[in-house]
This record gives sequence, structure tokens and C-alpha cells, in this order.
Amino acid sequence: MTIDLANQIITGLLTGLVYSLMALGLSVIFGVVRVVNFAHGEMTALAMYAAWGLATYLDLDPLLGLPLIAALLFCLGYGLQRGLIDSFISKPEHMQFILLVSMAIIMVNGSLLGFGPDAHGVQVSYGFDTYEIGPLLVDKVRLLAAAASLAVSLLMMLFFQKTMTGKAIRACADNLVGARVIGLDVKRLYAVTFGIGSACVGAAGALLSMLIDVMPPTGPELTLLAFIIVIVGGLGSMGGALLGGMLIGVSEVLAGYFLMPSMKGMFSFAILILVLILRPQGLLGARK
Amino acid sequence: MSRQAILLGLLLAAFVVAPAFAGPYLLSVMVVVMYFAYVGQAWNIMMGFAGQLSLGHTIYVGLGAYTAAALFVHFGIPAIFGLFAAAAVAVAAGSIIGALGFRFGVKGVYFALLTIAFAEFTRILFEHFTALGGTGGLFLPVGSRDSFDLIHLRGHPLMFYYLILAMCVGIFLLCRKLLNSRLGYTWLAVREDQDAAAALGINVFRAKLTAVMLSAGLTALGGVFFAFYYNNLFPNQAFGMNRSIEIILAPIVGGLGTLFGPILGALILTPLGEGITAATEAMGFKAAGIKQLCYGLSLLAIVKFLPEGVWPWLRLRLGLGDGEEGE
Amino acid sequence: MSPSPPPLLLIEGLVKHFRGLRAVDGVSFRVEAGEIVALIGPNGAGKTTVFNMIAGVFEPDGGRVELEGRSLIGLRPDQVCRAGVGRTFQLVKPFGNLSVEENVVVGALRWTHEITKARAQAREVLDLLGLADKRRQPARSLTLPDRKCLEVARALATKPKLLLLDEVMAGLRPAETDRMVETFRRLNRETGLTIVLIEHVMRAVMALSQRVVVINSGQPVCEGTPEEVVRDPRVLDCYLGEEPL
Repeated sequence: MTIDLANQIITGLLTGLVYSLMALGLSVIFGVVRVVNFAHGEMTALAMYAAWGLATYLDLDPLLGLPLIAALLFCLGYGLQRGLIDSFISKPEHMQFILLVSMAIIMVNGSLLGFGPDAHGVQVSYGFDTYEIGPLLVDKVRLLAAAASLAVSLLMMLFFQKTMTGKAIRACADNLVGARVIGLDVKRLYAVTFGIGSACVGAAGALLSMLIDVMPPTGPELTLLAFIIVIVGGLGSMGGALLGGMLIGVSEVLAGYFLMPSMKGMFSFAILILVLILRPQGLLGARK
Repeated sequence: MSRQAILLGLLLAAFVVAPAFAGPYLLSVMVVVMYFAYVGQAWNIMMGFAGQLSLGHTIYVGLGAYTAAALFVHFGIPAIFGLFAAAAVAVAAGSIIGALGFRFGVKGVYFALLTIAFAEFTRILFEHFTALGGTGGLFLPVGSRDSFDLIHLRGHPLMFYYLILAMCVGIFLLCRKLLNSRLGYTWLAVREDQDAAAALGINVFRAKLTAVMLSAGLTALGGVFFAFYYNNLFPNQAFGMNRSIEIILAPIVGGLGTLFGPILGALILTPLGEGITAATEAMGFKAAGIKQLCYGLSLLAIVKFLPEGVWPWLRLRLGLGDGEEGE
Repeated sequence: MSPSPPPLLLIEGLVKHFRGLRAVDGVSFRVEAGEIVALIGPNGAGKTTVFNMIAGVFEPDGGRVELEGRSLIGLRPDQVCRAGVGRTFQLVKPFGNLSVEENVVVGALRWTHEITKARAQAREVLDLLGLADKRRQPARSLTLPDRKCLEVARALATKPKLLLLDEVMAGLRPAETDRMVETFRRLNRETGLTIVLIEHVMRAVMALSQRVVVINSGQPVCEGTPEEVVRDPRVLDCYLGEEPL
């Protein structure tokens, strides 16, 4: 009983880390561009389809396909920001929302047209391998996916801390006017940020494809999940996204364990409501 | 009489006499058009007038639909009474969401997310509500299709056609009256600038709450219609996120905050979707999602090229002046 | 038997700090009905903070704010307005998508439920402030001086006993300033409207106010007629380094 529970919690933590990576993308985009990407889960679903396609037709392991998918999503994000979203940055919030929702609708139904309503999943050869750590059983895929998520998250944090572009982007987030004054190309930096956020999504999608099946409704579900995670962690906070992902991952398995698996979403939405009302800046977000 | 009134009269006349010429399929499409015009108008009160973005608006459709349907199925209470209960439940839900959101200063995107969270929470709740059918759905006994029983809302499709037409006319007149009332001005002021509104003596909290409650109650009536017209309810389609998006499409495409917007938007979108579905089917392939894909594309086009919506643009083209509220 | 009636506005020992910074520290003054009083001081002196405490935007950390003997502390901005205080914002806040007239109608609806009455009042106020020919324009299309005028019009339409003007003359040309000064004097003379104004334009302060209250760094400096105040060395002191009066 307790061993089983412990196994569940570990599963939740590991899955949560992959969710974190996806949410990290949302958080980074919001933190810099101040646009809430309502098409986030839909983009993740596209990445999952890409991973499925690579695995099915080219026999490419999603772990190896990850850089390619991340690069593809980077281009998608960069292009969308440059070509479409940028002109909405100074418009009212609801206009941005409608823009992104329209993109989400196009992505969901485009994938429905392209891939049909059926579930697509990637079966890797080590899909059923497990590690025994003492009495605990840990899925190999899940462990690998979580480790890869952490690695990508770390890489991204390094990018923002160490590289010139990363620092310039942080400057934009900190003080937009100042960034313009010192001659930063804000439009390009925003596009890069959107691209990087999308690359996170690409990586997360590639990893998720090994853990869950993708079908058209997966997109909106993941969008909501990403929102729950970043709001709970703190919109715009990278650490918050990591923490939020793990929290939601664990709370979902716990809700599934003690209540009914189908009720786990209710649990997450209840947490979202409470956080929005009581601590809208999130657990790790700074109070304005 | 203004040219706008004439235009509106012609439109109304067309809808009134349409059943004499149109077949059952066309009528059913027109019912859908009017349904979306109605709920779009109800949503518009909250967003277009008071500036509060509700993205979980289908919660009120669902609560209204389930309340009236459950009362009818389980207790035999006719729809004409059930609709009061339906509106009451939705108004209560709206006041809870609104009061929590506004009291705790949940604004903008955060408020929108709060409305989604409540709608999704309710959806999953109803999926586990076995007394109301759960995921298996709640079905209304289908009565005789020849009667015109308005009390129980059972009967001929024509009855439903004229009912939703009457609801559309009713809500249009109500909104027009509201826009020319103190409450309407109060909402517009709150939408434009809350601090300035408060400095002019407006209780911002109460203004927003009134908008949510009224919008919720009216939307619930749309839900009652939905339940009795389709005779079946599933949590996923009553409370799903997709439904919330469908509700807001027409007023946005037509023109946010305008009286004609929701009507025009529904007149554009529904036939567009039906036409595309029919066209792809005629070409011999089944393309699930094509309708929504076109909705997505038209929404994108509108928001990019006519951000104010079609109606404000059309109004200028038709030389109908710029003040829809008139004087 | 009955003591002298309380002043229209009584401010006593008003204190407000923001994160340890004492923005307002012991400001006191009183305004009798029918007076025009200017509140002046260098930038950052705490003038707008005083206004915001009167108007219910901030709750003071100490002190009294009373309108006709009734405390305003703890009231929300809308309640303060309904108690009879109209205000303008230094950074104008027009209802951008509403017409100029509709902006003012919202103000007039403070005291009436009838749109026709509110509209009539709005036209009257717009006439008075010279905005009548722009009444159908959307407020967002107005120039800054006109927006300032609109702020005043909206506040006036609420029929306040006390009008708080926060730098409404800033950015106006001298002729426009003179016209607005004349408008306020007429309103004051004809309707007994009481005005407290924050102003940097000394031309307006000198012409309009009967009494001037000077504050600096949140603290009271002195009080007197405009002529007395401009000669007061303490006042000159606190403006040192600022532009000359």
C-alpha cells in the first residue's frame, strides 16, 4: 500500500517535470513578451505529433528527435511572433487572447484533419523497462524523460544567465523603455523569446509523446494544464514553473489514487481557483 | 425611422416569414444562427458592455440546461417553471464567480482563467454526477412533434424556431434599453476605466457583479432552450471549453459591445460553417474539423484585419452613421 | 448653543507612508464652503497623495478627513464622490471609446437616473467649458488640453460640493489657462462651488485662489494669501533648485 503510493508519487514527480518544461515555455513567453500563449498546449500537441511521425516513419527515438523538434518549434514560435503576434503586443488583452485562441483552434482542427481523431503514441523498445531502487519501481522512459526535461530546463536557465542574447532578453523584461534606449532590437528579442518558449514546448512534446498518447483534444487539455502549473508556480517565474509542474504531477496521481482517476482534473482546477483568488502571483511569483 | 431600424425590420420580417419557404434543414440552421446570436448577446453584456472577459461562459448554458432538464426529467416540472430555477442557479453561480473574482482583485487574463477553471471544474463534476446521467448523458423524453406545447417546451420544430426568434428579439430590445440606461452607462464607464468610474460615484464592484448576474441568467435561458430543443445533454458539450469559445465567436466577429454584432456574427459564422461542411461532404470526403478550422481562420482574419468586428465596418459602408445607440 | 458649523473640508494631522517613506506627514488645513484653496509644493511634496486620501483611493495611516463634519476615512472612492467630492486625475483618464458627451453623462448620472436630464446637464457643462462642439467625438480623439477640460467637465457634472483639481492647467496655453480660471471663478461666484486645486502654474494659483497651503516633503510649510505665500522665505527655500515661482 505505502510502496504503491510511493511509486505513484514518484511517477507524478517525474511526469510533473515534463509538464514543468512545457509550462516553463509559457512562463518565459509571458515573463518577457507579456503575451499569454493560449495556444500553448496545441503547440505541444503538434510537437507530439512530430515525435510520433519521426518515430513511426523514420524510426527515430523521441529522445534523439528532441533537438530537431525543438528546432522546428523554435522556428514556428519565432515566425508566429514576428509575423502575427508582434502587432498585437500593445493591443488590449482580449484581442491578444482572441488571436491566440484562433491559432489554437486552427492547430487543433488542423491536426484533426491531418491525423484524424485517433490516439497516437510512441512505443520505444525500452517502454516497459523499469529500474528497481530498493522496494521502488521506476519506469525507465519516465526517468529518462524527466532527466531530459531537467537538462533542457537547466540549459535554458543557463542561456538566460550567461549568453548576451539571454541577458538582453532579460533586460527587455525588466525595463522595456531602457532596453529600447540602449538600442536593443526588441522585436527580434521578443521573437527569439517566443521561439525559445516554443522550443521548450517542442522538447516537452517530444518527451510527452513517450508517456501519453496524443489526439486533437490533447492540445486544449495541455493548455489548461500549463496554465494551472504556471499560475500555481507564479506566471513569469522559471522556478515557479518547475515547482508547479511537480506539484500538479503529484497532486494528480494523489487525486487519482485516493479519489477517482477521472476526477484528478477537478482537483487541479480547484487548486487553480484557490491560487487565483488567494495568491494570484503564484507560490514563487513576486507580489507587484 | 432610421435606416438602421428599417434594416432591422427587414431582417426580422425575413426570419418571420422564412418558415413558409424554407425546408427543415434550412430552418434548423436558422435556429442555430439565432441560438448563437442569443447567447452571444448575453455574453456581450458582460464583455462588450462591462468589459469582463468570461471564457467559461458555457457554465451558465450548462447549469441552465441541466437545471431545467433535471427538473423536467425527475420531477415532471414543466420548462416554463424550470427556466426560473435555471436562471436562478446560473445567477447564483455567476455571483459566486464574480464576487470572488472582483473582491479579490482577479483581473484581465487572470479573471478569464478563473472563469475557465470554474467551467472545467463543473464539467468534471457533472461527469461524476450519476443522478444527472454522468458522462452517459441526460436524455429528455421526446414528446409529440406535432403539438405546440410552450408550457412543457415539447413539440414542433416551428415552435422552437419562433421561440428562439422571440428570445433574440427580446434580448436585443433589452440590451438596447440597457445601453440607454444608467446601468448601461455605468458598465461602459467601468469597461473604459475603473478608477475614473469610481471617482464619478460608480460602485465598480456592484456594476461588474450586476453585469455577470444578468449575463449569467440570460445565458441560462439559452441553455434551457438548448436542452429542450436537442433533448440530450452531455457534460462535455454542455460545459466544454469549446462551447465557451463558440459562444464568444459571434459577438467578436460581429463587433464587441455593439447590439448588431452578435446577430451579424452568427449570421456569418453558422452558414459559413454549414456551407463548408456541406461542400466537403459533396466533394465526397468526410473532413471532421474543417468547419472549426474555418472558424479559426475567419476569427484570425477578423482580429487581424477588422479588429473592431464586421458590424462597425459595415455600418460605415452602409452609411448608417456611427452611433448605433442613436439619440 | 450650537457651535460654529464645521468647515466644508477639514484635514488634520494627515499621515501616509509607503514602505517606510513618509509621503505625507502631519498635513492639516481647512476649507470653508465657497472658498478656493490652492495646495502647492515642489514635485514629490505629497500633494496628490493628500488628494488621494481625501478621495478614498488611499486610506490614511493617521489623521482626520472630514466633509461637513462627517469623516470620509474608510469610504471607497465612489462613496466619497457620492458624499459630494468631485475630482480630476493628474494623469487624465478619459473613457476613450465613449463620446465626449457620454463621458460627461456618466458624471451627471451620479445624481439622476434619467438619461435625458443627465444629457441636458452634460451639454450645459460642456458649453461652460467650451467643449460643446466636440461633444460627439470619441474622447480618445481629444488633444491633451481638451482631455483636461473633459476631466473637469465630468467631475463638475456630478454636482460636487467640493471639487478637487489635480493640475488641470498644466500644459495649457496662457489664454486657455485664463479662460479656465475665469470659468472656475464664475462657478465659484455663481454656485458657491468650493475648490481645492493642486497647481504648478502660478499664474492660475495667483489669479484663482483665495488661500494657499504649501507643503514640502509631506510636511506643512505655511499657509496664507497668495501674496503672502510667494514672499515667504520658507516657501522660496523649498522651491530652491526648482524653477522660480
